[in-house]
Amino acid sequence: MKLTDLFREGKFVITSEVAPPKGGDTAEMIENAELLKPRVDAINLTDQQSSVMRLGSLAASQMLKARDIEPIFQMTCRDRNRIALQSDLLSAWALGIENALCLTGDHVSLGDFPDARAVFDLDSVSLLAAAKGLNEGVDMAGNELAGATGFCLGAVVTPGADPVELQLIKMEKKIAAGAEFFQTQAVFDAEAFARFMERAKPLGVPVMAGIILLKSPGMARFMNNNVAGVHVPESLIDEMKNSEDRPATSVEIAARLIREVKGICQGVHVMPLGWEKRVPAVLDAAGL
Amino acid sequence: MLITVRKPIDEIMGFLAGERAVFLLGCEGCAAASGTGGEPEILELKGELEARGIEVAGWKVVDFLCQKALIRTSLRPFAEPVARADSIVVSTCGIGIQASATVIDKAVHPACNTISLGGIRGEWQGEERCVECGQCFLEFTGGICPLTACAKGLVNGPCGGAKDGRCEVEPEVRRCAWNVIYERLERQDRLDLLRSSPVQIKDYARMRPPSELRGTREWAVDMAVTGEETR
Repeated sequence: MKLTDLFREGKFVITSEVAPPKGGDTAEMIENAELLKPRVDAINLTDQQSSVMRLGSLAASQMLKARDIEPIFQMTCRDRNRIALQSDLLSAWALGIENALCLTGDHVSLGDFPDARAVFDLDSVSLLAAAKGLNEGVDMAGNELAGATGFCLGAVVTPGADPVELQLIKMEKKIAAGAEFFQTQAVFDAEAFARFMERAKPLGVPVMAGIILLKSPGMARFMNNNVAGVHVPESLIDEMKNSEDRPATSVEIAARLIREVKGICQGVHVMPLGWEKRVPAVLDAAGL
Repeated sequence: MLITVRKPIDEIMGFLAGERAVFLLGCEGCAAASGTGGEPEILELKGELEARGIEVAGWKVVDFLCQKALIRTSLRPFAEPVARADSIVVSTCGIGIQASATVIDKAVHPACNTISLGGIRGEWQGEERCVECGQCFLEFTGGICPLTACAKGLVNGPCGGAKDGRCEVEPEVRRCAWNVIYERLERQDRLDLLRSSPVQIKDYARMRPPSELRGTREWAVDMAVTGEETR
């Protein structure tokens, strides 16, 4: 099932994500995915998140597909050149994977192999263009394929980036290259997100607001200091600080954000970061 | 020594869409030695542009375009034609093009590709860096090289990793190259360039020394000295 089909039906699309394990034991990843399955339309499988070496997103996507859970196969350009990226897209298609999310990827210096070669042969825009080409039956060199792919192609955007204009220009380039939907970096300020959506709406491509479950005031401050394009307002940090039941407050904040953005975007992408068990409560409280 | 080859005139004309007058800059250093940026080549370029209806408001061959202070002083007598020109066409290496774009706050167009020597000899001062990619991208980036200034060498815009305008790699010493590119193009009212430029694909085949270069006397002298073909 392609996400584009759901958007076309006018459905408010809900996705979440699970991280493949650092190691060969997939039990917890599958458990988390099964827990999310009844409540979400699809699940992202992250690709060596934060440049930390893990089980691959292709294998993880296929494992979910085999359990009737719709995977969104994340691909970054950090670790593979254009030959490997195109080949993995063909492999994914052959395995029945229908949604691919194309990203540039973090630099290797952020992860556990800072001494590795950072590839970046392609980037998010040229990867989307390559994937679109495969959908049309040709590879990047113009060679005809024995069988085209039919991916629904996604991309990411950071509404809180500064300058936002540069972000919007890149968003336009991604759309021109083949992006059919966007998932955003975490949104914590609904008004700022609304201002971004006023600029993004005319581009005519569905946008899913990124929702991260705040676990503590410390986590919020860490993100403010270290994560690009994320800003948790002081009011939310205070709300967590003064809370007597942080998990409950976290759920409440996430649900409130979803209610606030629901009318102005086409879906939400919930990033539980270990709090998968609380996602159903968030969606309940958000009325989804 | 950096070796350059002239871009085809049609490619340069493509950069000049909508422009009427240009100022030409050449370089008495490596570019003159390469046969791309000396006086004869600048006059040839002038003729080619004029034949296509572009006015050449003025020209100057500077020694050397990698030296920003020298560009500034050399252009002092040319303030009027530089101001009158819609843009500057620079026929030299990637460093000279970037240095010109830093000094002159105008659209700067590259007239050359800097080709690979398989390793860089010589030295230069200043923050401009050229990796001899053989497919100069400076036209699309306001004269700031995305291959050397961006930690990921991204040619289609920024990644999402910059925080407060600083790069995710070594933020203490690196600004986000694409923020810098954005600021320069915004100041020059040229942001449309970012929107309209096609999807850029790096051609790594052009990042190797071309076979013609391996056949030159310089490479042959090395072989004669060592008595073996080492490269």
